[in-house]
Amino acid sequence: MFRPVYLDHNATTPLDPAVLAAMLPWLESRFGNASSRHEYGRQARQAIDEARQRVAAAVQAHPTEVIFTSGGSEANNLFIKGAAACLKPGVVGVSAVEHPCVLKPAGQLERQGWQVRQLAVDGNGRIDTSDYAAALELRPKLLSIMLANNETGVLQDVATLAEAARGRGAWFHTDAVQGLGKLAIDFRSLNAAGVHAMTLSAHKAYGPKGAAALILDKRIELQPLIAGGGHERGLRSGTENVAAIVGFGVAAELAAQRVAEEALRLRALQERLEAGLLAQGAQVFAQAEKRLPNTSYFAFVDIDGETLVGKLDREGFAVASGAACSSANPEPSHVLQAMGVAPEFARGAVRVSLGAGNNESEIDQFINALRATVGRLQGLTALAV
Amino acid sequence: MSYSVKVIDHYENPRNVGSFGKEEDGVGTGMVGAPACGDVMKLQIKVNKSGVIEDAKFKTYGCGSAIASSSLVTEWVKGKTVDQALSIKNTEIAEELALPPVKIHCSILAEDAIKAAVADYKKKHGE
Amino acid sequence: MKLPIYLDYSATTPVDPRVAEKMIPYLVEKFGNPASRSHSFGWEADAAVEQAREQVAALVNADPKEIIWTSGATESNNLAIKGAAHFYAGTKGKHIITVKTEHKAVLDTVREMERQGFEATYLDVQENGLLDLEAFKAAIRPDTVLASVMFVNNEVGVIQPIAELGEICREKGIVFHVDAAQATGKVDIDLQQLKVDLMSFSAHKTYGPKGIGALYVRRKPRIRLEAQMHGGGHERGFRSGTLATHQIVGMGEAFRLAKEEMAEENKRIGALRDKLLKGLQDIEATYVNGDLTHRVAHNLNISFAYVEGESMIMAIKDLAVSSGSACTSASLEPSYVLRALGRDDELAHSSIRFSIGRFTTEEEIDYAIKLLHAKVGKLRELSPLWEMVQEGVDLSTVQWAAH
Repeated sequence: MFRPVYLDHNATTPLDPAVLAAMLPWLESRFGNASSRHEYGRQARQAIDEARQRVAAAVQAHPTEVIFTSGGSEANNLFIKGAAACLKPGVVGVSAVEHPCVLKPAGQLERQGWQVRQLAVDGNGRIDTSDYAAALELRPKLLSIMLANNETGVLQDVATLAEAARGRGAWFHTDAVQGLGKLAIDFRSLNAAGVHAMTLSAHKAYGPKGAAALILDKRIELQPLIAGGGHERGLRSGTENVAAIVGFGVAAELAAQRVAEEALRLRALQERLEAGLLAQGAQVFAQAEKRLPNTSYFAFVDIDGETLVGKLDREGFAVASGAACSSANPEPSHVLQAMGVAPEFARGAVRVSLGAGNNESEIDQFINALRATVGRLQGLTALAV
Repeated sequence: MSYSVKVIDHYENPRNVGSFGKEEDGVGTGMVGAPACGDVMKLQIKVNKSGVIEDAKFKTYGCGSAIASSSLVTEWVKGKTVDQALSIKNTEIAEELALPPVKIHCSILAEDAIKAAVADYKKKHGE
Repeated sequence: MKLPIYLDYSATTPVDPRVAEKMIPYLVEKFGNPASRSHSFGWEADAAVEQAREQVAALVNADPKEIIWTSGATESNNLAIKGAAHFYAGTKGKHIITVKTEHKAVLDTVREMERQGFEATYLDVQENGLLDLEAFKAAIRPDTVLASVMFVNNEVGVIQPIAELGEICREKGIVFHVDAAQATGKVDIDLQQLKVDLMSFSAHKTYGPKGIGALYVRRKPRIRLEAQMHGGGHERGFRSGTLATHQIVGMGEAFRLAKEEMAEENKRIGALRDKLLKGLQDIEATYVNGDLTHRVAHNLNISFAYVEGESMIMAIKDLAVSSGSACTSASLEPSYVLRALGRDDELAHSSIRFSIGRFTTEEEIDYAIKLLHAKVGKLRELSPLWEMVQEGVDLSTVQWAAH
């Protein structure tokens, strides 16, 4: 069967075959509930413990700092709402380019008397340092700044930002779901700089959907989001998704093993891609910035992003027109708007996110298909005018 | 819960299970623990004319460690005088069976059972 | 015969091989994010999610639009109780009714609501484990906003009178939530008939995978909820987060199979359970916990007097069974469910939950019966309490030397 070339790895990734192989026994003969005391249960408990060690080791965390959740959104919700529930209402600072699963929970806190302070970014999507300094003067109690942006791939210097906030009593969280497998992540040194919590997700790094983790400094107190049974040190109740957790463990381990080499390979593909994009007159957002090695976010003047990705899909290339979220959202990307990109131009945004399966020839094919498609669309635009 | 090999051995093959008639000559009976606490041990000793425990029997309602502790002490008290039996310490029982900390109370109960059986024997024999 | 024999289907079930077969393509080539709107990987995943939604809805005779995916019944229970209580607190009030024998996912959630300023009534059950309708009615107050009662109890398997409770709640304008994690595939559920507003489901108790569940949210009359997880607005805003396609596909297939096969399967399982019951009732001083009529075919919870629980579990290690509910069985506290049935703490006994399922064989039941006879006999031989009872001593009159 014809399969399009998949260039949307920031939305989700295919499962690594080694991850699948590790998971299958837990979907077959090893089906116990990890809370059961008999052999079936003990096997499952041990598998979860091992996965916890793998995830911890992949990001230089301690196994007891790993809280498994059903996904990155849940982990982000857990930190923001869970930490807020243990504090008196105050200021919560979140970057303007966060994923909705950070922005929305922060917004929810307003009903309990919290104030949301959005942290501005500059034209390249980086936290604006003077605005950040001003925000810190408000003595925020909670801060959440992502490690790498899902749309633009722009990296934040989270360690330095956390360092600046340290000593002011803020609890600092970073959403690192886009980082795993693309960047070396060292929670120990982030933690030393003042990062208290970090979100990881399996399915962004060749692991399964349905498993993620909040890495949490144990000094931080949280209220659980989901009560009942006391799993995950009481911070997240519910029967553990053993197969997915096992898969997450293996995926995280592989990600850490491969990241140095894979980042270089992706970076070379990214450069090849972007050379082709620029040659066709596209603008690549935040091109000069430190970005993920796999993400290119671009637009052509007068070409609608939705239309372009639709045409590209028919040409056999799976790309995204913005963040992969549920609503068919007609609004231009909030990330680009925060960067000061004009809404008309932002509507043209297309995201290519590369991954393990991609190679040079696919990049070249994509560039060719894009040239033809853009040519046709520009012709139509010219006719319409 | 993982049990030591010795606990499992005593649990699978308990020594000296059974009862003597309480009113039999030379028999002392100790019953310690309570059902609500999860353990009840009954230890009986049969003492000969020269004050030596020549036989012992037990019955225990309780976990594997409690069964093993009482089984073990029936072996240990045999051949000892009643006063020698009193010198058996719970720490020795715990060590012999490699009991985990949460199960130390089983060894304490076994020591108490010896004391209770000896006390009963002494009371009945006018000492 | 593979040992240990799995008789703990109420803790979790194996994934049916037919279910696993349907899941695997969505772990391999069909890996798209169902929220990806711009390419066929996403559409393919989304179509699978919607088909599964129809399959889940079909088992309980609901509209697919009334089904919201969650990570499991625990999350569904949290979402239902917190979501509805918060939404309706302003108009109805802040009183919640539930039952002492509910799952921890409900009890802990209601406790949290109490900390947030709600009041709660935890109803007792009768000795047979069933809720008394008159007691339920009597607990209703003008400010009662929500009632949460489980369909089938996880420990003793009794079926609560959900239809009757629904009528009462509807008449009084109380939001009615039902935890049906243990009910799917075991009892008929018709949400066109039952006046239930919110119902929690789990896949892994019905031969589907762990990590996926659903919440039924009634549309007519429409029930509103405050979301508990915010983000990309998935599940019409009720529950944000990337949908785990393979797990959802698995739940859909598991529920489709349940609908197709439950009538036959329950007959077969019921016969095995009755055989087990008969075989164990031959042992002296045993008694069944919970009503035997209003009960799912899969469950047998039985107490063996004068046998201590931990040594019992050790003795029957060839059987994978539960001595409490799966979530609390790490501790040896007496089960709160059995306590709520009036089983005296002081009474020396051990209670075992046998839960039978799709892959249980007659041979396994025969083995279990034989093993129990031998081991209970052995432990009673060892038990001073049993000896006293045989001698005619009334244990309740004994002065125990506490230690």
